[in-house]
Amino acid sequence: MAARAPLFVLMPETDSGSTMHADLTLDSSLESVDSAEELVLREARELGLDEDAQHYTSIAVRECMVNAVAHGNRYNGRKKVRLQVWRTEESITVQIDDEGDGFDHDEVPNPLEEENLMRHSGRGLLMIRAFMDETTVTRRVPKGTCVRMVKYLRPPAAGNS
Amino acid sequence: MSLKLTTRKVGDVMVIDASGKITLGEGSTAFRDRIKELVAAGDKKVLVNMGDVTYIDSSGIGELVSGFTTTTNSGGVLKLLNLGKRVQDLLQITKLYTVFETHTDEAEAIRSFGA
Repeated sequence: MAARAPLFVLMPETDSGSTMHADLTLDSSLESVDSAEELVLREARELGLDEDAQHYTSIAVRECMVNAVAHGNRYNGRKKVRLQVWRTEESITVQIDDEGDGFDHDEVPNPLEEENLMRHSGRGLLMIRAFMDETTVTRRVPKGTCVRMVKYLRPPAAGNS
Repeated sequence: MSLKLTTRKVGDVMVIDASGKITLGEGSTAFRDRIKELVAAGDKKVLVNMGDVTYIDSSGIGELVSGFTTTTNSGGVLKLLNLGKRVQDLLQITKLYTVFETHTDEAEAIRSFGA
C-alpha cells in the first residue's frame, strides 16, 4: 500500500498573487488518486466553489490522476506522480505530472464519434476539459505528461483553452 | 461510501438498486460482475436504479456502457432509472444520452419493457 504524503504543504505567496498550497510526490496507486482528490476537494471548498463545481473539480482531478497512475506510470512502483496546487482568491490551479512514455492527445480517439461511443474507456480527458475552465496537456521530453487545469470561482465567458 | 448493489424482481424485470460510488476499482468491478451474473442467469430485462448513486467517474460510465453491451448482446435490454443531475450531466457530456433509455418513474420504466 502506498505511503500517504502529508496533505498540506503551505508555501509562500508568489508575485502573481498565486499561493502554492501543495507540492506532493505520490506513488502510482489508487490510494494516491483518492488522496489527491481529497486534497483538491478541500482546496476547492476553501476557495468557495459551489457544491457542483467542487464535485466536478474533484472528478477532473480523479480522472487526471487515474490517467497518470494507470495509463502513464502503469502502476509502476518506481514511477511517481507529482501533484501541485496553487490558489489565488479567484481560482485554483492543479498540475499533475507523470513519468510515463507520454502520449499525443490529438491521437486519442474522440469518444463523441459514433464509432467510439460504445467504447469502455477513453472519456477521461473529455470530462476534464468539460469540467475545468482551462486545461493544458503537455508531453514532456524525454518522458512524462503534464496536465495543468484551472477552475475559476467565477467562470470566464470563454471556454477551455 | 463504496458501491452497494441490491437486486429485486418486479414482474420479469430485474431491478438493480445501486447506491454509493461507481468508480475505478471495487465499485466498477462489482457493477460489471453483477450484470454478468444476471445475464448468465437468463435475465433479459434489466433496470438500473441510479437514484442513490452519489458519484460516478469515467470508469463507472464505462461500466454502464459495458453493461448495456453485455445485456444487448445476450438479447436483452438495459435501462436506467432515477438519474441524478450529476449523472445526467455526464451522460450529456459523453453523448451517451443517445444510447441509454432513461426513466424517472419506476412503474413506467417497468411497463416500458413490455410483456
